Amino acid sequence: MNTIAVIDYGMGNLHSVAKALEHVPGDHQVLVTSDVGQILAADRVVLPGVGAMRDCMSELKRLKLDTVVKQVADSGRPLLGVCVGMQAMLEHSAENGGVECLGLFSGTVEPFPTDLRDPLNAQRLKVPHMGWNQVDQTMPHPMWENILPDTRFYFVHSYYAQPAGPEPVAGSVVYGFPFVAAIAKENIFAVQFHPEKSAQAGLRLYANFVQWNGHP
Amino acid sequence: MGLAKRIIPCLDVDNGRVVKGVQFVDIRDAGDPLEVAKRYDEQGADEITFLDITASSDNRETMVHVVEEVAGQVFIPLTVGGGIRTVEDIRRMLNAGADKVAINTAAVFNPEFVREAADKFGSQCIVVAIDAKCVSDVSQGNGENKRWEIFTHGGRKPTGIDAIEWAKKMVDYGAGEILLTSMDRDGTKVGFDLELTRAVSDAVTVPVIASGGVGELKHLAEGVTEGRADAVLAASIFHFGEHSIEEAKRAMAAAGVEVRL
Repeated sequence: MNTIAVIDYGMGNLHSVAKALEHVPGDHQVLVTSDVGQILAADRVVLPGVGAMRDCMSELKRLKLDTVVKQVADSGRPLLGVCVGMQAMLEHSAENGGVECLGLFSGTVEPFPTDLRDPLNAQRLKVPHMGWNQVDQTMPHPMWENILPDTRFYFVHSYYAQPAGPEPVAGSVVYGFPFVAAIAKENIFAVQFHPEKSAQAGLRLYANFVQWNGHP
Repeated sequence: MGLAKRIIPCLDVDNGRVVKGVQFVDIRDAGDPLEVAKRYDEQGADEITFLDITASSDNRETMVHVVEEVAGQVFIPLTVGGGIRTVEDIRRMLNAGADKVAINTAAVFNPEFVREAADKFGSQCIVVAIDAKCVSDVSQGNGENKRWEIFTHGGRKPTGIDAIEWAKKMVDYGAGEILLTSMDRDGTKVGFDLELTRAVSDAVTVPVIASGGVGELKHLAEGVTEGRADAVLAASIFHFGEHSIEEAKRAMAAAGVEVRL
């Protein structure tokens, strides 16, 4: 049987991720786990995350899961990052006074500027960026299959990823300015939004992940 | 093109059942929170809020089960409010599948609780609920000096605290969102207190949910266009089958408000 490991490092709503994965069709077993062996043996791996980056990275390191995530990335098996899980895949985050991250993607994670404004009407925009925003699929990818262009997904975050390239941005979103909604490299796909909270569109993305063979 | 304004139906839950007479034509058991939540999800609700109206410790276990059940089948954000008093209360609700908790009375008694909760779980899941009532004498003067104060215990107990100052303080303490209810308008069906909503929304950097007073669809759009709210919450307008969420969204879109359709 196909197994999907949802990495458990004590951060927030990983159960929602697991429930959404269990809900989509397919012959797969979902394991919420911090067990190195189970994660390395799984066919697919999800790195979820909510909360602050400092706690996120220190827990990953304490459980020795930072190296495990890198091993999964190198193994060619499909790896999905969600929200803070995606941010943790960059090199560095400005959150909590600066935190070194996993470095699977080059680039940094930055806070939204104070006094963020809508360039169209100069109206002040609230932070966190919270709610349903439209994702522009900037490249074709198996993870976008059967998801319409500009579909809305649920976001909630106060920091955003600023990849340095050359990894392709797979999706972008506009809130005051355009930034990364999804990033992809080989067998890694990572999203800033919460597919597990994005109704049918989010479930479709998880269904695509269950089918994805890890090739872009 | 951009972030949609949210419509949030609110379900009052008493001992595991939705109360206040939810009436959907084709739902036999109208009091089942899962059935109601599923229906709202199908209609396009952007989030769902559960308010535990008894909030006794016995009832807490029941609410945890309700959240678990709904979170396993409804994949949109869920907020739980009512009787959230400790870090342990929050942890249990989040582990059950809630995405946010709304803190009201406990924040007034101990503002540090909000700071502790935001530090532990992140601001994104800490909503501070504010029940505000106008206390200035509007018959005097031109109304420009209106003041609102916050009330606790479901709006029964005055605190003497200025609502706008309180909202700012709660954001400083780590609230990621403000759920603002006008006690003057709650249940009146004459529309939101737009002055209050605008005053709070302009004063804080985080999203504000307007609540209290929705009686017609046009009130929802007004909360956004005139009240500058980021989201609107309503209960009875949806519960009694008067309007669906979809109708509400179409009305908001027609009024020029960006929504998820």
